[in-house]
Amino acid sequence: MCLAVPGKILTIFGEETLFRRGRVSFAGVVKDICLVYVPDARVDDYVIVHAGFAIHQLDERQARISLDELEALGNLERERPS
Amino acid sequence: MKFVDEFRDPQNIARLAIAIAQQVTRPWTIMEVCGGQTHAILKHGVDQLLPSSITLIHGPGCPVCVTPMEAIDKAIEIAALSEVIFCSFGDMLRIPGSQKDLLTVKAEGGDVRAVYSPLDVLTIAQENPNKQIVFFAVGFETTAPTTAMTVYRAKQLGLKNVSMLVSHVRVPPAMEAILSAPNNQVQGFLAAGHVSTIMGYREYEDMARQYRVPIVVTGFEPLDILQGLFHCIGQMEAGTCGVENQYPRVVTRKGNSLAQDMMNRVYKIVSCNWRGFGEIKDGGFALRSEYQDFDAEQKFDTKSIVVAESELCRSAKVLQGLIKPTQCPAFATTCTPENPLGATMVSSEGACAAYYRYRRLELSKVQSA
Repeated sequence: MCLAVPGKILTIFGEETLFRRGRVSFAGVVKDICLVYVPDARVDDYVIVHAGFAIHQLDERQARISLDELEALGNLERERPS
Repeated sequence: MKFVDEFRDPQNIARLAIAIAQQVTRPWTIMEVCGGQTHAILKHGVDQLLPSSITLIHGPGCPVCVTPMEAIDKAIEIAALSEVIFCSFGDMLRIPGSQKDLLTVKAEGGDVRAVYSPLDVLTIAQENPNKQIVFFAVGFETTAPTTAMTVYRAKQLGLKNVSMLVSHVRVPPAMEAILSAPNNQVQGFLAAGHVSTIMGYREYEDMARQYRVPIVVTGFEPLDILQGLFHCIGQMEAGTCGVENQYPRVVTRKGNSLAQDMMNRVYKIVSCNWRGFGEIKDGGFALRSEYQDFDAEQKFDTKSIVVAESELCRSAKVLQGLIKPTQCPAFATTCTPENPLGATMVSSEGACAAYYRYRRLELSKVQSA
């Protein structure tokens, strides 16, 4: 399945067992998620989660770049003669 | 919800729709690979914002839909055993096998459980030492690292009562099968975003060059889909065929190397059957010999069963992108989510389920007009 959802890391535990896990909030719904594939993720970071595993940290800067491209399109629209 | 709402902004959606209309000069056919993308397109009406010269073909990116019926029948056989607790993602429970589905096995007394994560299986195994716990490992490269880690942990913990019925599949060989088919109409791809989160997108670069198709790794919100289309159409109009990443907030070119390492440790690449396609070379994964103790096919002596699809079901053609679900005579008549003939009507990523959920009423209006 390709479905994965962004969530915010609230707490991290299990570091001593080398099987790092965290409590992750999906807009208020909190689940235990395995963090072994995102070793650099910290509390308050956003991660994308699939089948109980965080598979990537959400890169806020990259999200901003994607959205900025669309605002630039909007500026082009305004400059274009109607 | 952060990282979701911004990618559903109506103003930006309108901007992209206008920008796409302005860049199109001739007809183009694009395939969105992932079933999650198909659902997003239909749910948010993305296809209805596009000029009529753009045709979207729905790809086979629904791992539940492409799981071969033989695998479902094996799962059913194992799940019916009294010593087994059979665990699966919820979607798989209603996929029809040749005689019944896993939910029916549960109704008949089998211990069949839907789980959110394959890791849940380890807890169930520890709590039920006298039972054999079997997990139906279905999914693309997004899911394979999660089951690989589960097998790895099971071995680390010394669990003897856990096994996997592996039916993982790989997306790039299926894309190549589509591109090399004689009747292929696909001129560009929106590649599966979360598969690329794991695998990166290096492996698409040779494919784009060889078949001369642009491939844009794309996310799942309506803005992602439209932005992916904008870039793909831009390439097609310019006559280029490169790989682009529309989804950089969770996709990098090299992907998640820890996840890839775990997959390589636990799985080897094999050729396998895809429901609707037949055998696809290097199209799937199987457990390596070091993990054979966790292979449910070896642990349970399942008979090989000759299976036949329903004659009415056209899901093979839908999965190959040759017809839309609404072109199947059984759609919304004999075949509904309550009584599905094939997997594409059951799965949350199936194209038929998407059309049934989001377009059925339009179809009835057309039929009664």
